[in-house]
Amino acid sequence: MSIAADASPDFEGYAHPERLVSTGWLAEHLGEPGLVVVESDEDVLLYESGHIPGAVKIDWHTDLNDPVQRDYVDGAAFARLVGSKGISRDSTVVIYGDKNNWWAAYALWVFTLFGHEDVRLLDGGRAKWEAEGREYTREATKPEAADYPVVERDDSTIRAFKDDVLAHLGSPLIDVRSPEEFSGERTTAPAYPEEGALRAGHIPTARNVPWGKAAAADGTFKRTPELDALYRDEAGLANGDEVIAYCRIGERSAHTWFVLTHLLGFENVRNYDGSWTEWGSAVRVPIVQGAQPGEAPAR
Amino acid sequence: MTMTDHTVLPASLAGIRDEFLALEQGDRLLLLLEFADELPDLPERFREHPDLLERVEECQSPVYMFVETDGGVVQLHATAPREAPTTRGFASILAQGLSGLGVEEVLAVPDDFPLTIGLTEAVSPLRLRGMSGMLGRTKRRLRASEA
Repeated sequence: MSIAADASPDFEGYAHPERLVSTGWLAEHLGEPGLVVVESDEDVLLYESGHIPGAVKIDWHTDLNDPVQRDYVDGAAFARLVGSKGISRDSTVVIYGDKNNWWAAYALWVFTLFGHEDVRLLDGGRAKWEAEGREYTREATKPEAADYPVVERDDSTIRAFKDDVLAHLGSPLIDVRSPEEFSGERTTAPAYPEEGALRAGHIPTARNVPWGKAAAADGTFKRTPELDALYRDEAGLANGDEVIAYCRIGERSAHTWFVLTHLLGFENVRNYDGSWTEWGSAVRVPIVQGAQPGEAPAR
Repeated sequence: MTMTDHTVLPASLAGIRDEFLALEQGDRLLLLLEFADELPDLPERFREHPDLLERVEECQSPVYMFVETDGGVVQLHATAPREAPTTRGFASILAQGLSGLGVEEVLAVPDDFPLTIGLTEAVSPLRLRGMSGMLGRTKRRLRASEA
């Protein structure tokens, strides 16, 4: 039985406001049966340094990625992982994290690959919880293990692979990396180590909307009019479009996937998790450099 | 893996490595958190002269460090934000393990030290590159000041 949505007026205008909860809502509902709070961060130690009471930790790298093959864990491993965190198939899962919920959105996207129905983000993430002086604890959460069914991952609906992107060229692509990565000056985000791609630039026709533009200064998502201005007016997306978003490894674009799907209501958005670390090293795929999207190659 | 002749792990770093290896995976993270908590504030003189500090580009989080020698004895200072405890932990391990050693001893530390302290599983090799970056920069600084 899932828990009633946060009816905060702040979420009015979003296509699926039930996908967000406010810090106040979470504080009121902490400890409620059926609710599991998950922290997912870039920094693997941030949870241990202090977390929302009762929250469990899921790490994108050590928990959600397969340790050998470049892929996500399979249904059996996912079931073991989330079951050990006390999550059942019908749990309401609220995810929060650092960096404007960047990694939290990534975790939410992976939960969605496994069809977990009720998974939400804490609007504003760690930064807002902290700014409001709300409680943190270092006490380890000891969840009671739950039975989670082994569900086959659905890689066809919200995930795109390189061949899907090649077939998609000419349809809307959103490159959510920094302008420097888009133009080809760098292959990684400013202030991040250079690594992982042999060539620099972007996929032809992609429009550059850096992911962080969707976040307000306090870490919450911007409201609908501002998001519409970014994605519809500037990037030219229209209702009914099939969209693929990408970044470097698919984490920043999972944040944009959340915005387009759950806040703006686009129904056919896929995240290309191979992203630039695959495209920028693949043989004979088209690349455009410079600030302009460029043309789709003739077929 | 065989160690080449010119690398020697100083007792200080060997002690830190052994502390980590004696623990279960989950407890290793807690020990790293202890190191993060222990990273001392920068000495006053650096707070007034942030230009003296070097940014460690290999780290995902902003970390700045400064290496100095006094009579051949190395001191390593570093700072990283509270929101980046992993990076603080790495910096603290190196600051505690390298400070007080002679220049030659620091230069002889094996470059793969970060990969030998039992954190590849709990933290991931990708993230450990940050500590390798700090160690590499420390050595480069020392070589440059010797030249």
